[in-house]
Amino acid sequence: MGMIEIISLSKWFGDFQVLKDITDTVERGEVLVICGPSGSGKSTLIRCINRLEEYQQGKILIEGLDIHGRDVDVNELRTHIGIVFQQFNLYPHLTVLKNITLAPVKVKGVPKAGAERLALELLERVGIHDQARKYPAELSGGQQQRVAIARALAMKPKVMLFDEPTSALDPEMINEVLNVMKDLARDGMTMLCVTHEMGFAREVADRVIFMDGGIILEEAPPEEFFSKPKHERAQAFLREIL
Amino acid sequence: MAYTFDWKLVLGGEYGGWIVQGLATTLKISALAIFCSLALGTLIAVLRLTRMRPLVWFSVAFTEFFRNTPLLVQIFFWYFGSYSVLPEVVNKWLYRQDFEFAAGVIALTVYTAAFIAEDIRSGIFAIPKTQIEASRATGLSFLQSMRFVILPQAFRIIIPPLISQFLNVVKNSSLVMTIGVMDLTYMTRQIESYTFHGFEAFTVATLIYLAISLVVSFTVNIYNKRVLKLIPY
Ligand SMILES: Nc1ncnc2c1ncn2[C@@H]1O[C@H](COP(=O)(O)OP(=O)(O)OP(=O)(O)O)[C@@H](O)[C@H]1O
Ligand SMILES: [Mg+2]
Repeated sequence: MGMIEIISLSKWFGDFQVLKDITDTVERGEVLVICGPSGSGKSTLIRCINRLEEYQQGKILIEGLDIHGRDVDVNELRTHIGIVFQQFNLYPHLTVLKNITLAPVKVKGVPKAGAERLALELLERVGIHDQARKYPAELSGGQQQRVAIARALAMKPKVMLFDEPTSALDPEMINEVLNVMKDLARDGMTMLCVTHEMGFAREVADRVIFMDGGIILEEAPPEEFFSKPKHERAQAFLREIL
Repeated sequence: MAYTFDWKLVLGGEYGGWIVQGLATTLKISALAIFCSLALGTLIAVLRLTRMRPLVWFSVAFTEFFRNTPLLVQIFFWYFGSYSVLPEVVNKWLYRQDFEFAAGVIALTVYTAAFIAEDIRSGIFAIPKTQIEASRATGLSFLQSMRFVILPQAFRIIIPPLISQFLNVVKNSSLVMTIGVMDLTYMTRQIESYTFHGFEAFTVATLIYLAISLVVSFTVNIYNKRVLKLIPY
């Protein structure tokens, strides 16, 4: 049984079909990199997994359980799936520490002291424990994104979703975020990463899928995908991002 | 015969006491109505954003109805009209309380809540949708995400319109004299009819209303500057 099984998933925005019969299985501890041109449905696909998007056909199973099953509580489901967005989306009115402890305290009922201890540990792990009392606006983009990763990890998720986590960052800050993600990958986290960072993919991905027009056009180990992509569209795409 | 001003008459002694009593009532009714309308207005605003049709309709009907009918008519409605529709027990209980006062607070609360709800709603719309997405993605429920993420940010944006709603409450509260609540305006009228020194009495009342308004807006502004501006965004 895979960690995440996506079975014949189709989704429409009005008349426009964004996802066309997508099937894929992500194993526990696997790191999957999803790439593809703009508008190919990458974000939509990963957002279906934590039900930020609804879909019309197909199924998604997490550890064998249908995420739209009858007795699935969407809020409980989401506590097991962390997501990191391109634009960080930290809460600007809360300190870094509060950003991280909010969900553990309010959703899981973790006592405040325990939640803060965990938050500080996570901040240590992402390399910014000295910023806990600051507000997001006082941090650099790279620091903010690391806080966002810590916020997601604070719920102790089984799966982490990343939607172009480094695309909004200045080049000199990309690596600090990628390094955190690499550590996470090596620690055995199951990860689905929409990213065009080839270095990251080569180093830690188990598999790369290339999406185009709402379908998975190609799927391969990173080395193979980047050195000899089979599909013409994938070749064109790689030429463009290199 | 020339009119002789007599400020002492309305400022000291028995009549001065009336003004103080009236002022106390005005402050009490305004404070209660501000507090309750803020709570009710927030609720009405949030109901509108749920996905449950009946709640949305209720919220829309509430705002449109109470925003678009005169406050004085509403005050009369609660005072004269509520008796016939409320259950007997409630009526009995209300009459044992200060019924005029209660009707006044209810009317002011409901009327103001309709306006505040609209302000809050526009504040909520000004917050990026990604904030609710990010918070729901961590498992927060709709209400939790409103409570801890969206509303605290929305309130910050709408402080100026909220101040003017609060000031309106203080000024509008003078209408409750029509149902016999002995507020500042009522007491001032009273002094006028006892002494025929309406000019002095109403001048004092005017200055008191002005002072309350200035204090309210000053306090909220200070709070805004000292407390909220500490947060750098
Ligand atoms: N809420 C929406 N309503 C209508 N169409 C949408 C919506 N969200 C996305 N789309 C469309 O669906 C398609 C896929 O969008 P998606 O965001 O999944 O692409 P993507 O692969 O993540 O692209 P990018 O690299 O630009 O982020 C696009 O054509 C987009 O315009
Ligand atoms: Mg995208």
